[in-house]
Amino acid sequence: MENVLQNILDQLPYRKPFLFVDNLISVGPEGAEGYYTFPPDSWFYQGHFPQYPVTPGVLLTECCAQIGVVCLGIYLAAQSAVTAAPGAPAFALSDSDMDFLRPVLPGERVRVVSRKEYFRFGKLRCRVQLFNEANELACKGQISGMIQKGNP
Amino acid sequence: MKDHAHYATLREIILPYLPEDIDPSGIGPESLLIEELNINSAHLVDIVLDVEDRFDIRLEDTDMQQMHSVSDALRIIDTKLGNT
Repeated sequence: MENVLQNILDQLPYRKPFLFVDNLISVGPEGAEGYYTFPPDSWFYQGHFPQYPVTPGVLLTECCAQIGVVCLGIYLAAQSAVTAAPGAPAFALSDSDMDFLRPVLPGERVRVVSRKEYFRFGKLRCRVQLFNEANELACKGQISGMIQKGNP
Repeated sequence: MKDHAHYATLREIILPYLPEDIDPSGIGPESLLIEELNINSAHLVDIVLDVEDRFDIRLEDTDMQQMHSVSDALRIIDTKLGNT
């Protein structure tokens, strides 16, 4: 399992400062789970907001998408005869519908849990949940990505 | 083709996925889903999944690859329903 998880992380196309996955706990046919800590000195806290730094919802969505959809998608694509191709598969975000319930503060470690709704014809739709460091649900929703065939 | 038994149902399935700059009255049997109706690949998957639910059939990747126009979709539905 260690190797499988590390292999998925190695295939992620993101790099700092736009990598929102630290490690994966599990990835399987039905879902994925992983952690990310938002560094307290991240650039966006300077402006969001000067008197009250809080993690932008768009980045919570991105964190959910990277762990919940892309990491899961890399795993699922490799299992499927149709989508397995040489090189790392790339996923493009196609839609998201999120509810934000609690603020995530600078330096908090969050845990993302995703459950696959379907992976068909190259489209992966997941239900995602993001828990804050106190293990309270901070945001949840539905995110889909389309596999991009032929990308390097 | 407009008289096709499933044309009205298929049109109803497609409508919610049309981009706002596409006039729904422009949909016809020969309309190309991606090139003319501007339906993106992610929404094409949604349409196929809705078609599966509505007609209680299952489409494969090969069907998807042949589905360029509205009438292609009707032909695939007919084949799956065994009405050809």
